[in-house]
Amino acid sequence: MSILRFIMLALRALQRNKLRAFLTMLGIIIGVAAVIAMVAIGQGSKESIQSQLSSMGSNMITVLPSSNVAGGVRIGGDSYQSLTIEDVKAIQQQAEYVSAVSPVASTRGQAIYGALNWPTSLQGVAPSYFDIRKLTIQDGVSFSDADVATAAKVCVLGQTVIKNLFPSGESPVGKVIRLNSIPLQVIGTLVPKGQSSFGQDQDDIILTPYTTVQKRITATIYFQSIYASAVSEGASEAATNEITGILRTTHRLRPTDENNFQVRTMEELIKTLSSTTSLLTILLTAIAGISLVIGGIGIMNIMYVSVKERTKEIGLRMSIGARGYDILMQFLVEAIIISVTGGIIGVILGVTSAKLITVLLGWPTLVSESSIVLSFLVCAFTGVFFGYYPALSASRLDPIEALRYE
Amino acid sequence: MSGKKILQLEDIRREFIMGSEVVKALRGITFDVYEGEFVTIMGSSGSGKTTLLNILGCLDKPTSGNYLLDGVSVSKLSRNELARLRNRKIGFVFQSYNLLPRTSALENVELPLFYNPGLSTSERKQRAMAALSEVKLQGREEHMPNQLSGGQQQRVAIARALVNQPVMILADEATGNLDSRTSYEIMALMQELNQQEGKTIVFVTHEPDIASFSTRTVMLRDGRVVKDTKNENVRSAKEALAALPPADDY
Repeated sequence: MSILRFIMLALRALQRNKLRAFLTMLGIIIGVAAVIAMVAIGQGSKESIQSQLSSMGSNMITVLPSSNVAGGVRIGGDSYQSLTIEDVKAIQQQAEYVSAVSPVASTRGQAIYGALNWPTSLQGVAPSYFDIRKLTIQDGVSFSDADVATAAKVCVLGQTVIKNLFPSGESPVGKVIRLNSIPLQVIGTLVPKGQSSFGQDQDDIILTPYTTVQKRITATIYFQSIYASAVSEGASEAATNEITGILRTTHRLRPTDENNFQVRTMEELIKTLSSTTSLLTILLTAIAGISLVIGGIGIMNIMYVSVKERTKEIGLRMSIGARGYDILMQFLVEAIIISVTGGIIGVILGVTSAKLITVLLGWPTLVSESSIVLSFLVCAFTGVFFGYYPALSASRLDPIEALRYE
Repeated sequence: MSGKKILQLEDIRREFIMGSEVVKALRGITFDVYEGEFVTIMGSSGSGKTTLLNILGCLDKPTSGNYLLDGVSVSKLSRNELARLRNRKIGFVFQSYNLLPRTSALENVELPLFYNPGLSTSERKQRAMAALSEVKLQGREEHMPNQLSGGQQQRVAIARALVNQPVMILADEATGNLDSRTSYEIMALMQELNQQEGKTIVFVTHEPDIASFSTRTVMLRDGRVVKDTKNENVRSAKEALAALPPADDY
């Protein structure tokens, strides 16, 4: 028994009831199209949420010196000095999951310009620090590797410092300020970042090359911290492990030794990110499921009506030799054809409307292949599932009763 | 009458359980039908005609008794085997034609072949065309049932019954919905199939007029055979048709 015969039979039956076939299909079409468009919107917003969160530095890793045991006495973290430029270079060269790394040599001091002065934090960093912390230059330029190499007396100012040293609104770029009696030329200003999540003013800052701080101000070879970026949020853990391994080697720690540094990630941010996206996914899956079930019920409804309406036909077919299987297949194939055809049209409509949403409303959308494949499979399954019961009840009809059915 | 026994009925009984009551529709029916016979089964309503027809048509099984169709004992067969038997051995003709609506005459005739695998599409079409010409409906292949008269529709149904070359045509009040002129036309066709092609026909009716065209009449009453007679002088339906007053044309 070839299935082709049943496909031909079903096509002929549908041809005789074009409008009804189309209306039945409409349920599936709208279901599938809605799923695809919805998932596309979801994926699009997920993507944009993700990029927004990573602009907050969710892939940032910080390395801090930590306590160590010296002759049975624990030495506190802040005062402990263990991070050097060798560590930074080792991370830069060896770590695969790290895209950027910068040391931070910080100190506090009184910034002076003309008659005004302001106590602030001076951070000596590498040029990659701007990328890691997502800092943007507003006016002027940032300093370069060459400035680092020569310990150039240049700096970039945060907005709070500018407000206090240049209250009249004149541009600080090109001016020379003094910090702990060292003259620094202002070459750039930062776009304001506002408060950090723990209430710290992130704009109250002066950035210079780390060599400038180390050689001209603090006269030390140690760093207060190292900042690094993992290649992605997902790689944060791998990058953390990598950095830990590298630093244990450069610090020559024995396997039994405790780490004399600590590596931290933006765990909270990452958790927020993953819970947001998984919530979105659950929501969309639920909507998708509901619309497909509604489409399926539409098929079941129509197939039931069709079986009732064609009871006499079923009786006749049985009397001239159709087996239960033949009747089952006839109606099942019809249901599957309706749902698969509806599925195909739905996919086309869904992809088109996702594109239209982007063009007309400007919402980001992302049509994923998996959503197409999945919704198509689900609707084929829906056809089988909801078509099966009416088809089965048709196949179980008693031919005598079916023939006399009015 | 000699030749092959197409139907053998031995003490066929059929009982239905209606609530707490047992209704005995058939109370022991025994007769044989030979190849080439044209048998009418007569009886008033409630005589068990329909029940017998269902059993003869392998749509129903007797409660007890033995029924052999073309040498095959029906009572032991499964649902699927019964379906196969109906497909190959029996050609049904119903009172209400039972043609599929919005389906051409040719497709209606082809329908039993759909359930007979092993025939190619062209073979099916060829057989259906041949059956349609047997009932003199050449040129009407593409007509839909609603474009055909009652008599023509019944002839499509007869072609459908013939298409699988069954051993027996089983007609259930096949002229019941037709006027007398058209009835005679149908009976003339039946007689032709019986006499010229040797088709075995079992025709269930309650009209004695129709029974006079057959070679044998089995009379049922209360689930029993009360009379089983050979018809010595079979009326010719063609002559009866000619004897009718000409149709009024107005």
